[in-house]
Amino acid sequence: MNWLPILLLAAPLAGAAALLAPSRMDAASRGRLLRVHGLAVSGVTFVLAVVLAATFDYGDPARVQFETDLAWIPGLDLRFHLGVDGISMPLVVLTALLTFLCFVYLCRGRADGPGQLLRPKAGGNRPRALVFTLLVLEVGMIGTFLALDLLLFFVFFEVVLIPMYFVIAVWGGRARRAAAVKFILYTLLGSVVLLLGLLLIWAQTGTLDMVALARAHGTGMSHSVQVIAFVAVGIGLAVKTPMWPLHTWLPDAHTEAPTVGSVLLAGVLLKMGTYGFARIAIPVLPDGAAEVAPWLGALAVIGIIYGSLACLAQRDLKRMIAYSSIGHMGFVLLGFATLTPVGVNAALFGNIAHGLITGLLFFVAGAIKERYGTADMPALGGGMLSRLPHLGSLLTFACIASLGLPGLAGFWGEMLALLGAFEPAPGLSRPLFLAFMAVGGLGAVLTAAYFLVMLSRVTHGRPTETVHAPVLAAAGGSAGPDAPALPDAGAHAAGDGDGDGDGKDATGGKGAGSGGAARGGGLRDVMGHELAAWVPLILLILLFGLWPKALLLITDPVVRTFMGAP
Amino acid sequence: MIQSIDYYAIAAPLILALVAGLVLLLDAFLPRRPYARPALGLITLAGVLGALGVVVSQALRGGAPLRTFCVPEGLAGPARAGLGALPPAGGPSAAAGASCSFVVDGFTLVFAGLVLLAGAVVVLLSMAELADGDVPVGEWYFLLLCALVGAVSLPAARDMVMLVVALELVSLPVFALTALRRYDGRASEAAVKLFLVSVVSTAVMLFGVSLLYGMTGTVYLDRLAQTLRETLHESVTGSGRPEALSGAGGVGQADRSDAAYTSLLEITYDLPPVVTVAVVLVIAGFAFKVAAVPFHAWAADVYQGAPIPVAALLSVISKAAGFAGLILVLVAALGDQAAVWAPIIAIIAALTMTAGNLLALRQRNAVRLLAWSSVAQSGYILAPLGVQSREAMGASIAYLVFYAAMNLGAFTVVMLVSRRDGGELDDYRGLVFRSPAAGLGLAFFLVCLAGLPPGLAGLFAKIVVFREIVDGGGAWLAAVMAVNTVIGLYYYIAWAVRIFAPVRVPLDGGAGPAVTGGGESAGAVFGTGGTHRGVLPVGVAIALTGLVAVAFSVAPQWALDLVPGAFTGSG
Repeated sequence: MNWLPILLLAAPLAGAAALLAPSRMDAASRGRLLRVHGLAVSGVTFVLAVVLAATFDYGDPARVQFETDLAWIPGLDLRFHLGVDGISMPLVVLTALLTFLCFVYLCRGRADGPGQLLRPKAGGNRPRALVFTLLVLEVGMIGTFLALDLLLFFVFFEVVLIPMYFVIAVWGGRARRAAAVKFILYTLLGSVVLLLGLLLIWAQTGTLDMVALARAHGTGMSHSVQVIAFVAVGIGLAVKTPMWPLHTWLPDAHTEAPTVGSVLLAGVLLKMGTYGFARIAIPVLPDGAAEVAPWLGALAVIGIIYGSLACLAQRDLKRMIAYSSIGHMGFVLLGFATLTPVGVNAALFGNIAHGLITGLLFFVAGAIKERYGTADMPALGGGMLSRLPHLGSLLTFACIASLGLPGLAGFWGEMLALLGAFEPAPGLSRPLFLAFMAVGGLGAVLTAAYFLVMLSRVTHGRPTETVHAPVLAAAGGSAGPDAPALPDAGAHAAGDGDGDGDGKDATGGKGAGSGGAARGGGLRDVMGHELAAWVPLILLILLFGLWPKALLLITDPVVRTFMGAP
Repeated sequence: MIQSIDYYAIAAPLILALVAGLVLLLDAFLPRRPYARPALGLITLAGVLGALGVVVSQALRGGAPLRTFCVPEGLAGPARAGLGALPPAGGPSAAAGASCSFVVDGFTLVFAGLVLLAGAVVVLLSMAELADGDVPVGEWYFLLLCALVGAVSLPAARDMVMLVVALELVSLPVFALTALRRYDGRASEAAVKLFLVSVVSTAVMLFGVSLLYGMTGTVYLDRLAQTLRETLHESVTGSGRPEALSGAGGVGQADRSDAAYTSLLEITYDLPPVVTVAVVLVIAGFAFKVAAVPFHAWAADVYQGAPIPVAALLSVISKAAGFAGLILVLVAALGDQAAVWAPIIAIIAALTMTAGNLLALRQRNAVRLLAWSSVAQSGYILAPLGVQSREAMGASIAYLVFYAAMNLGAFTVVMLVSRRDGGELDDYRGLVFRSPAAGLGLAFFLVCLAGLPPGLAGLFAKIVVFREIVDGGGAWLAAVMAVNTVIGLYYYIAWAVRIFAPVRVPLDGGAGPAVTGGGESAGAVFGTGGTHRGVLPVGVAIALTGLVAVAFSVAPQWALDLVPGAFTGSG
């Protein structure tokens, strides 16, 4: 028994439980305490994850480390079996990092800053509930990556549903209710199918231990059972990933979710689906995988093309990024479909890269939406680089990373996936996968196209005053009528400042916050807390882009063990 | 012959029956003082807890199952040979061991404990319901205890007559309980509806039971099973197909799909079709009790018309009794005829969960929604019985145990809210801000019923059932249930979201006394505390069910450990 994985789960859980205790403090001090609490708990979790990464034995990443195996429900063969190896460790760290950054984003900003959901507002935005929900979400996400028992994996897989539902349904945009319902019903349907697949595996092999099942490479299951189980498990995971044509919940959920919801949804929740492929579907059911791989590859490249074309047609920035996720996940799935170590490594790399890049993209898009009051690209006008130079540069950087510029993290996942498709596993039709590779390459070009088109529309050109300050004031999420207006340095909002005493202070302290001067149109450029949340992502994107081996060295031995390759 | 009676074995129903008489007497002779109502409630509660104590002591005792009301070995059923339409086969009466009508084994204890715990919660809810003083209190508790007597003795019953009597003992007092709010037209309508459907289904079931008795000449479940088994043997050998003998004899031991197929063939050819008719009729009778399709239509109207404690009783105690009877008849008596009844049960289960969930989607009233949702849950409980596997019974019982805790919990909060705010779903808006404990509790119970974390109890219950179905090869049933789980989530989550939604009318800051039903007027006459009196027992009930649901979520093994592997006492 090892305490580290248990602590990784216990820390956010205890933090959430502490919030349940009734407290009768006045609103202001409770608000501060709450922010400190959220930041501290997610910080402790992140530190634990870093300790996990630091003490991980890199000499033997294929071995399951920090293993904890306790009996929980003997009646169901369900064991509390946790552990990490080379493919789960990066995801655990990524999850803890993104959650921590979300809290940094939420907590460190000034009360008047955009997107500060943790500030009590007149409409009642319930900061305490948000912190509680995010912490429970973190438990589910980390648990999914730690679990080594099929049913335990499923339980954690389900844990995220309800918190994410509430994040979208309570703190989301205008059409949040419908989007949240669509999200939870769709993903639950996937989960139930996944459960049936897992139970079929259990019924055939009599064990739920993922390590033993992966070692057995499908022995004990007939070919047809493996195919059925792979299809069931695959559908369940593909809904989460999401794979075309099971993706339709994703654009709505991403568009309506608040910034932190979008970041966690894209950065971590989607990874749970792809992680399931790497951890369960492919190693446990190799025959089924071999049988279904051409279909998986075909759907993956359709997803790539479909996502890219859909992106070209979008007007809404967040919706466009959501569709771009479908395209990127198509590359990840294509990597899995090749069933080669190269492809699966590419998929795992693409997974992490997508989490970092799309997390950053959603952060930036959320910041834009909060400033302009809209994410509608024609309404944004253009000329962001001259209006908000820092924000515009960050958007450009994130988009360039996402379209796969060599030297940034997005490149390796796509390139290696296409390389894997060039030489698929023996037994798979090579001409077919060559066709997939060609189509995927076309998709990569289209990806570049839509990001560049978007950048030319939004960041370049002359700034036009399409959005006015009153719109900004009305755009404060679910805030009520007397929510503090964005306290612009410009003349527009000066009259609104009386609603909130802090408004004046913030105007004075703005320079210290970011150094971003408010130029043109009275919008504030990148602020300190935003920068604090984004810089780690930028650095990691650069790191993995320049030194992909850092990640591949950890995942590759595990992948080779799983694939039975030397 | 003089039968000796083991009073320890029948202590639980005996205590309940005595307390029932005591309550009725006390009600007649106690002076009409304000303390009389809660006092009678506490006496009832003490009786239920006393019976529960007996059940617990019986469970802790270990050892062989307790049996009483036994027929000794030599004494066969009366005129065995003359009555049976089946040929008397190789002297089964001589081979038969002692058959007992009342057996206390693991199966009995699980159901008795479940029923008594649920009974305690219902008594707590009744104390709140009766605090207003419109309903005769002595009669209420008497009838409630009578229903509990039936529900406790039913799982112990091991002969058909006792089974039917116990089942009627559960049903009859419930009609009266439903109608006890005499001046409420809805309650009277509900009682009449319940009465008519119940009587018809009882008649149908009695017809089935009499057919079984006519075919086999015995009412004891173990002898019935034996006779049917031996008749099967005999007719197989008699029809000159010796090669099929091994297949028929080895049902259960041989390759499962193979065995099921052959036994299906042989039963349809070799047992008289009248046995099949009898099986169908008996299932129909029990289907009413558990509100399975096509006997589900009464559920919503009756639940809504009945007082909420009675609705809770119908949805848990009455349902548990129905399932106990169904499992007893199907597994203990007709276990070898599984090929006949399993497909029927599977179809009924699929229809029940689908109908219940679809009907629940459109409900705006909390109790009606719970009514249809409990119909759907009946479908989930039935589902494992629809696949032909030996452990299926355990999965059904496990689900029932989880379901009882979750559903009772939901009813306790509904009780609290309906007395204060009203019974529509929109009255639950902002509940978590008005009373955080009740709001969080209800949200937890609903999420449990939906089967999602953090309601792990519900999730594990569903996993148990799914596992049994997948293991038994019921792929289509698993698919139907999967879709139904998703449909169910929609209305549970829609309700749960209302709990957290801000109140639409901000001026309604207080206790909101305006929008309550007509029965509240009497409470207002008797004192301003009408809405607040009775909050304490409901609070205790919420806490109790909440604790159990949380315990089942953290350590579901406790519930799974309770489930018996087989009937130890069926001989």
